[in-house]
Amino acid sequence: MALEKHKKYWRENLKYLAILLSIWFLVSYVFGILLVTELNTIRLGGFKLGFWFAQQGSIFVFVILIFVYVRLMNKLDKKYGYDT
Amino acid sequence: MTVQNWTLLIVISTFGLYIAIAIWARAGSTKEFYVAGGGVSPLANGLATAADWMSAASFLGMAGLISFNGYDGSVYLMGWTGGYVLLALLLAPYLRKFGKFTVPDFIGDRYYSNIARTVAVFCALLVSFTYVAGQMRGVGLVFSRFLEVPINTGVIIGMIIVLFYAVLGGMKGITYTQVAQYCVLIFAFMVPAIFISFLMTGNPIPQIGMGGKVIGEGVYLLDKLDGLSSELGFSIYTNGSKSTIDIFFITAALMVGTAGLPHVIVRFFTVPKVKDARKSAGFALLFIAILYTTAPAIAVFARTNLIETVSEKEYSSMPEWFSKWEATELITFEDKNNDGKIQYVADKEINELIVDPDITVLANPEIAKLPNWVIALVAAGGLAAALSTAAGLLLVISTSISHDLIKKQIKPDISDKGELIVARLSAVVAVIIAGYFGIHPPDFVAATVALAFGLAAASFFPAIILGIFNKRMNKEGAIAGMVVGILSMLFYMMKFKFNWFGGGTEADWWFGISPEGFGTVAMLINFIISLIISNFTPAPPKEVQEIVENIRIPSGAGEATH
Repeated sequence: MALEKHKKYWRENLKYLAILLSIWFLVSYVFGILLVTELNTIRLGGFKLGFWFAQQGSIFVFVILIFVYVRLMNKLDKKYGYDT
Repeated sequence: MTVQNWTLLIVISTFGLYIAIAIWARAGSTKEFYVAGGGVSPLANGLATAADWMSAASFLGMAGLISFNGYDGSVYLMGWTGGYVLLALLLAPYLRKFGKFTVPDFIGDRYYSNIARTVAVFCALLVSFTYVAGQMRGVGLVFSRFLEVPINTGVIIGMIIVLFYAVLGGMKGITYTQVAQYCVLIFAFMVPAIFISFLMTGNPIPQIGMGGKVIGEGVYLLDKLDGLSSELGFSIYTNGSKSTIDIFFITAALMVGTAGLPHVIVRFFTVPKVKDARKSAGFALLFIAILYTTAPAIAVFARTNLIETVSEKEYSSMPEWFSKWEATELITFEDKNNDGKIQYVADKEINELIVDPDITVLANPEIAKLPNWVIALVAAGGLAAALSTAAGLLLVISTSISHDLIKKQIKPDISDKGELIVARLSAVVAVIIAGYFGIHPPDFVAATVALAFGLAAASFFPAIILGIFNKRMNKEGAIAGMVVGILSMLFYMMKFKFNWFGGGTEADWWFGISPEGFGTVAMLINFIISLIISNFTPAPPKEVQEIVENIRIPSGAGEATH
């Protein structure tokens, strides 16, 4: 029983990781590097968009990602009674 | 007051503060010495991690690198921040739950093998020593330029200060000193940036000013800089010149290397609970991001200011800072066409001015004609950044020796008091060696600091990740992976950086990947080797599989134990 609960917790954790790390990959490697030339044709004020992602945007998203993860995991811990 | 007096005043008062904190927070047991007693709040740990992480390279060097490389400099920005996402999501909570003192501790216990532990100690020492020498050099540089003492005297003063609080306070002293150092360094970094952003674009927030319009000209600052760069033959600032594949691999190597650096990982052992480890990783990145999103703005301001100040201007009309930096030989000018003006262009035949990127942050307030106290503040900030990182690294080195080698392998029956004495002695020896390398920097130091990340990526990262996420991973797989990973990194680095094994030029790089980016390849090799070998060798014992089950559940993270 305990083992079953443990497995379910771990699976949900892995699901969160997969989603958050996909966003992590998208904003840095895809927007900031692989598609940078294409995105640079779009402008965000004085910034070219790809350049902005590479030097500013990706960093903001990273910070948000960690705090979202903290919230999700705190909730998950509570749900499974692992928050003590 | 002159710049020198201001600097003296600010540097002496900040140093006094660090020493006072060290005396207040001195360590009484090995647990306090290694992990600050495990009772640091997530906020304090976030601040300390940020200071620990941001070294002389981040504070003094990075904005300059970006300034001279434009878009290519993005590898540092994304690489050195994105690693924290990996750290927060994949490592920190589990290592905190595991609850030991060091990274080799985890490797040694998870892979039930002293060989694995020793390999990990070797990797930790290699990474930390290459890194710490650069910090000592940074301390010497700031002293020599702003207080006009010789670089070597500067290094020795820095050594004495670090020695004092690292040896006395251990992790506990270091943690609270780093909190103070973060405040000093971020204040010192932001004040000139806000001034300059306001002067150039009318917006005091550098992150926004960077994308704003130049006051009185009506063009966007970045467009203006792109124009200036291409006029002088440099590559367009916002496009850069490196190949996409190299940018990709360097970014990945820096990210993974960040997540694998022992002095950063160990900071997450100092908080009380697993959820505190997650949270403090978030705080750490938030505090780091303040500097890391400002640095590219400073880079743009500094580059534009520099070009406008020097290009096609009379050499005799150069401001005072120009000749001061010439005296340190970090700016050199040679009037090749004898017209008395400075030609600053990409073409090496015609170019007359060489500026070392390292001076960008230090010279920036002077170039922008800011008040003297701001210039002095930047010097104190640079020292705070270098000292905080040096202390964190020295702690890893001394812990590796006193805990992972002596306590765990050579003399297991050593008393807590005895171990504490050994830890302090190893810290002393480590400071002296680091200081020696700071005074006599071997050529390989400069080349290897960036590569320390490749080494960390190639060795620790896969072993830790597999140790948590793959229950079947055994000692054979992990050891083989670490050894092959770090050897292939060393091989590539020696071949293309030091010209061993037949050497080679850029054209010979495998798939166009530079040695800085090769850490990613070596990491992949490590993963593949580990997985293959573990498949053909016996599964780890049952107790070890239970450890893995246990670290995946956050509840009941006890205090760190031996």
